[in-house]
Amino acid sequence: MNPAIEVKNLGKTYGSVTAIDDLSLTINPGEIFGLLGPNGAGKSTTLRILITVLKPTSGTATVLGHDVVEEPDTVRSLIGYVPQERAIDRFLTGREHLQLLGDLYHLPKAQATQRIQELLKLVDLEEHADRTAKTYSGGMKRKLDIACGLLPNPKIVFLDEPTLGLDVHSRLRIWDHIRQLRKQGITIVMTTNYLEEADQLCDRLAIIDQGKIKVIGTPKELKAGLGGDSLSLTVKESQLDKLDRLSEGVKTLSFVRNIRTIDNGLDIRVESPEKSLPAVLEVANRIDCQVDGIEYHRPRLDDVFVSFTGHALKGEYPDPVEE
Amino acid sequence: MNFPHYKQEVLALTLRWIRRLSREKFSMLFTLIQPMLFWLIFFGSLFQRTADIEVLQAPNYMSFLAGGVVVMTVLNNGLAGGVDLLFDKENGFLERMMSTPIHRTSIILSRYLFVMTITGMQILVILGIAFLFGVHPVTGLLGIAVILVIGMLFGIGLTAISLAMAFSVKSHGDFFSMLGFLSLPMIFLSSALVPLSAMPGWMQALAFLNPMTWVIDAVRPLIITGWEAAIPQVAIALVILAIFDAICLYGGAKAFEKAIG
Ligand SMILES: Nc1ncnc2c1ncn2[C@@H]1O[C@H](COP(=O)(O)OP(=O)(O)OP(=O)(O)O)[C@@H](O)[C@H]1O
Ligand SMILES: [Mg+2]
Repeated sequence: MNPAIEVKNLGKTYGSVTAIDDLSLTINPGEIFGLLGPNGAGKSTTLRILITVLKPTSGTATVLGHDVVEEPDTVRSLIGYVPQERAIDRFLTGREHLQLLGDLYHLPKAQATQRIQELLKLVDLEEHADRTAKTYSGGMKRKLDIACGLLPNPKIVFLDEPTLGLDVHSRLRIWDHIRQLRKQGITIVMTTNYLEEADQLCDRLAIIDQGKIKVIGTPKELKAGLGGDSLSLTVKESQLDKLDRLSEGVKTLSFVRNIRTIDNGLDIRVESPEKSLPAVLEVANRIDCQVDGIEYHRPRLDDVFVSFTGHALKGEYPDPVEE
Repeated sequence: MNFPHYKQEVLALTLRWIRRLSREKFSMLFTLIQPMLFWLIFFGSLFQRTADIEVLQAPNYMSFLAGGVVVMTVLNNGLAGGVDLLFDKENGFLERMMSTPIHRTSIILSRYLFVMTITGMQILVILGIAFLFGVHPVTGLLGIAVILVIGMLFGIGLTAISLAMAFSVKSHGDFFSMLGFLSLPMIFLSSALVPLSAMPGWMQALAFLNPMTWVIDAVRPLIITGWEAAIPQVAIALVILAIFDAICLYGGAKAFEKAIG
């Protein structure tokens, strides 16, 4: 199977700023591939190179076998793009945006009209299609953006932070659309800095930080790679001096894989939570260490992120912004 | 290049510029009934008394000014021709257009079609208003046609400068300061408001180097003197405009290439 996208040793610098550095990855046809990373990681830069609007400083990239620098026109005719910023003309109506793009993609008039109707329905903008975009809310603009990206019936869609600033309902709808697209055999490449989105939506993802890929895999593989479930235990402040002894004691338990000391407690990776919970508490009792709290959770993508980048991703969903 | 595709793109993009203008009601008002008219009417009437007919070589100041105001309109339109693309560049719309399989030049061509049409209409409005105030171009309709051609040729170079600036500036603040920096001296150091013979020597020298002077000196006799005086001036202006346009288009193409690739 030929890859949908093949990126080899891609680099881009802006003067002295290195936006991406020696990036290599392969994206398979029909999958939802996510680029997950914090602000400034280089996600949009990577996408811009793939959609041919930015030239790489080094390395190569091909889209469906076509080099993005050598054959940009072919690449452009095969893809759809939804930029991160809302690229909307406030003076045009929603329908006029889609008509303009229909002409830029050279769709015949009848086909364009039909496609526009379908898309307006898909993103729930039929009612507002003939109002100028300056009267749209932020979420409505985002939906229009997405409709614009899907207009050419592309083989590959590039979505730069598709759900940024959407309310919960719209976000779930967009996720549904994206899954729908995959069912039709379309390859989706998206960026996000929301862990939950990457986890729920992406078939595979690359964690990218400071222009470099830290790890690539399915969300499941990445979580499994961390080695088991996690038990976080915190102790009272007065008990902090007993932490070392507690750690020593826990280490001897057979189902414990790994222990890390955190601020005021321990982060313990275990094989079986059922057995480990009472056993760990028993050790604490034995050395007379008062436990403040104990929390068990299955490995989350947050943990994967921290373990590969050394810092947390502050990508919680903000309150939806309406403009 | 696929011609039907190219036509489809260019028409759609041009339609967008027209739609934008028609939705910006105020902007439309000011574009079509330009402040330039105020120059013509107020300045024309105000300085009528002080202007020396001998120095102007014209029946009155308003008829002298009409040619200058026509060319000032071309200047303003041309230099502002890149503004919409500047905003497109800043809000990502340009990037969206560039990610579609359009020919790289169709955006530029659509902008030219739009700016040139608006400029032509404005020239006609200004000449029409001047007509109402008694300025009747002596070379008639053919002369007006020549004025339109000269105006368009000047507009081509000016729009190229504006587009080059739009593609290369860092922020739109820079763009508008450069615009002011360019347009005022171009107007005052030209024969738009007073004839060169009325200027001090150093101003004359600078005005002499200003292509705008040559354009005005070709347009003015078409309005007030007649073909005999106009033909050599028009010939000189055409040569100068050919050189001016070639330089500006070359610079514009370089800036475009650098920004878009
Ligand atoms: N035109 C530019 N000129 C200079 N530096 C740039 C430019 N565009 C991006 N950068 C830099 O490149 C780096 C990567 O930026 P990029 O936009 O790809 O990040 P991102 O992962 O998309 O971030 P975000 O989540 O904030 O969108 C950043 O350090 C940014 O400052
Ligand atoms: Mg980004």
